[in-house]
Formats: sequence, C-alpha cells, structure tokens
Amino acid sequence: MHALIELLLKEAPVVTDGSWGTQLQKRGLSRGECPDMWNLSNPDRVREVAALYVNAGSRIILTNTFGANRFVLGKFQAAEKVVGINGAGVKISKDAAAGRALVFASIGPSGKMLVSGDVTEASLAEAFEEQASALSAAGADGIVVETMMDINEAVIAVRAAKATGLPVIASMVYDSGKAKDRTMMGNTPEHCAEALAAAGADAIGANCGQGIEGFIPVCKKLNAATALPLWMKPNAGLPEMVNGEVVYRTGAEEFARHVPALLENGACFLGGCCGTGAEFITEIRRAIEGKK
Amino acid sequence: MSAEILNELRSAIVEMRFDDTEGLARRALEAGVQAVDVLNDACLPALDEVGVLFREGDYFLPDVLMSVKAYDSAYRLLLPGLKEGAYESRGRVMLGTVEGDIHEIGKNILHALLQGNGFDVVDLGVNVSPAVFLEKAKEHKPDIIGMSALLTTTMPVMKETIELFAKEGLKDSFRFIVGGSPLNQRFSDEIGADGYGEDAQSGVELVRRLLAS
Repeated sequence: MHALIELLLKEAPVVTDGSWGTQLQKRGLSRGECPDMWNLSNPDRVREVAALYVNAGSRIILTNTFGANRFVLGKFQAAEKVVGINGAGVKISKDAAAGRALVFASIGPSGKMLVSGDVTEASLAEAFEEQASALSAAGADGIVVETMMDINEAVIAVRAAKATGLPVIASMVYDSGKAKDRTMMGNTPEHCAEALAAAGADAIGANCGQGIEGFIPVCKKLNAATALPLWMKPNAGLPEMVNGEVVYRTGAEEFARHVPALLENGACFLGGCCGTGAEFITEIRRAIEGKK
Repeated sequence: MSAEILNELRSAIVEMRFDDTEGLARRALEAGVQAVDVLNDACLPALDEVGVLFREGDYFLPDVLMSVKAYDSAYRLLLPGLKEGAYESRGRVMLGTVEGDIHEIGKNILHALLQGNGFDVVDLGVNVSPAVFLEKAKEHKPDIIGMSALLTTTMPVMKETIELFAKEGLKDSFRFIVGGSPLNQRFSDEIGADGYGEDAQSGVELVRRLLAS
C-alpha cells in the first residue's frame, strides 16, 4: 500500500469533501460554462469552494479538474488547455488547504464510450496520462479517479494515474440493475474490486448516482470483496425539480444518520457528492466523533 | 421451416450472436419469406424483447449495443428488399442534447434503441440551441423532437425551446419529449412537453405511444 494511504488509515475514518459542481453553480457558474475553465478565469471563486471544505474540517479535498481531460475540454474548444487547467486546479486547492488538508486531484470520465467504439483504449490512455501527469507535476498529493461508469475506462485511468507514483483512489457509480448495485455498464462491485485492485488502486469505492441509503449495500459488497480501504461519497438524495429549481431532498443531518452504517461496512474515507456542501462535512465529522 | 428460421433469428438477436444473424436472415429470404416479414416477425420483436430485458435490469447497455449490432447485420441484408417492398419507417425522431450541455451518452443510447426499433433518427448532437432545434425541425420535419439534458442548469433550455416553437406557431406541428437523469414527469408537464422518458427504453415506448395516438 502507498505510504500516504497507510498514514491516513491510522486516523481513519477520514473525512473528505462535498460537491464542487453544486457550489460553483451557487457562485455563478452558468449554464453551458465549463466548470474546469474557472480554474483560469475565476480562480478566486474556485478557491472559495476549496476553502469551504478545508474550514469545515475536510482532511482531503479534491480539485476542480473533474472534466479536465482533452475529450471533455475539446467540447469547449479547450483541448489544448489540459495542462494549464489541471495545474491551476491543483494550485488553487493547495493554496486553500495551506497544509491543513491533503489535495487529491479529481479525474472524471471522458464522456466517450469504449463499448460503442466511440473511442479507443489507446486514445483514452493517452488522454488520462496527459491529465494525470499535469496533476502530478502541479503537486497533487494523490489522484481520485471518480464517477466512472465503465470498469474498462476506470482501469485505463487508474493505470495512467498510478504511473505518476501518487496514491490512487478509484471510485465507480453504482446506480443500475435490479438492485441498483451495478454500474451503467452492468459491472458488479465484486468485478470492479478485482479489476481496480489489479490495476493498482490504493483504495476503491463508490460516488454519485444515488443517495446514501443506496450506498450501504454497495459498501458491504465491496468490503466483502476487497482488503483495500473503501472510499464513499454519496449524493444528497436524487435531484428533484421544485418550481423550476433543483432541490436535493436529503439534508445534512439525515445524511449523517447513515454514516455509522457505512463505517460498520468498512468505509474509511467519507464525504459527499452532488447536492452536498460544507454542512454535510460538519455533520459527517460529528457522526464520526460520536462513533469513536 | 421458415417459422423456425425466424424464431432462431429472433433468439440470435436477443442473445447477441451477431455472427449468426446475417446468415439466418439470408436463410429466411431463401426460404421465401419477404424482407418486410423477416423484419416484422423476427427482428423488431427481438429488439422489443431486448428493450424489456434492459428496462427490467437484466440487460445492461453493452448487451443492448451488442443486440443492436446483431440486428444491424440482419437489417443490412434485408434493406434492399425493404426498399422494394411495402416497408415504411415507423416515424422520424429528431434528437439533441440541449444548449450548454455536452452529455451525450443517454441520447446516444436512445438513438441506438430507436434505430433498432425501426425509426428514422436525426441526431443533432450536443449543445443544441433552441434556434437550431427550430431550424432543423423545419428542414427534417420530424414527428417527434426529443431533448436531453444531464445538467440541472441546462434543463430550462428545454422550456425555452418549446416556447420558441410556440412563438413561431409551430408548437403543435411537432410532439416534444424530454429525458435525462435530473428530469421527472412534473417538469415535463410544467414546460408543456408531450412526454418524459425515465430511461432510454421508456423513451422508445413513449415514442411508440405518441405515434400510435
């Protein structure tokens, strides 16, 4: 296991951060804007989000680089800005953390599908290598490959991230199938656990897709399938439209009530995904303190 | 004999045996079955079955794509015969991910399923503005216009698009359907769409229902 992960596990459970997208929207990220580009155009507002989580007590914060791969940026005519956007993203989070939190840089999916021949494995590997080395060069403490729906793409991204020598977390979205415990591509937690471990992931887990209740059975299955530490970042429920506004129904306290069940099933790293904010981090910390 | 071949072809599509489907379609034609009957009695029922398996959570996206691929090998063989015969498309659907949104996976799945179900599909891609929807609708004259959004921030573009059609007096010339993970029926009703599909398969069923009515 990577020495940094080993060190972190001594203080487990470790509190990570909450959503970035939701927070950036609150700060004026408008429709159609590329969130990752804000690292260059609006670094102060991105820093506010990072600082929000550092101040709430996140031990690990991520970066605003989820979509900063050449495929996603290419749709915003910014494919050539991969290095600059990722570098700025790490710098912003590092500045905000100021040594109080570690910065694990985010790598999200390419938005292309291997299974339909949309993209080749080789070009995905190249894109993720480009992003991972930019994140590493800018001084990230680790890399989180997250929100992956296809295990094959996740494995390619994990290998690219591992090549930097940084610790790598690999997190999938389980929201499909009869029991909502498969990825969109039908991959089971057991299959993902095996494939991600083989690719060299230092920790594996789940994020996005469903609310925290739905994470408990997935966490249990992953725990039974692997000896690796588990990373969990659920949504604050599923988004609903109320009078034209998007609302996530699960509040921070309700969210935190399910934290003990995740801890009992082996979760080591805990935070939130879509719809969560600083108050969720505060409540997660409170729930963990209550358990200790 | 021919019933047996058609049955075998149907199973081959459902079971994703894409190496077998072309040969089975050829055998059916050689046995004297009309191309249109091969399509209607074997291929389309097979895709319907695949759709149900997908909706029920027994099949996942890769399974659907493989089945559509298996269907496609048979369909390409049938195509010349369909052009001569009395085959009509089930209808034309125009799809696009709305302006500001670049997420295309959901839309692409619906595209594949609709094609597999015998619909003509005009795909406008991603980041499609209300004006482009309007312009392309005038050009392609689809029966149905489908809008997709993954981002909660881009959902309002669906409303703006429908309003633009209304302003031009064209709202009733087309049927509008919407889909995407943050949507629901209430939103669809609020913006005056004709229907909402919770996932790609319900999208296909919605299209069928609207065109039957």
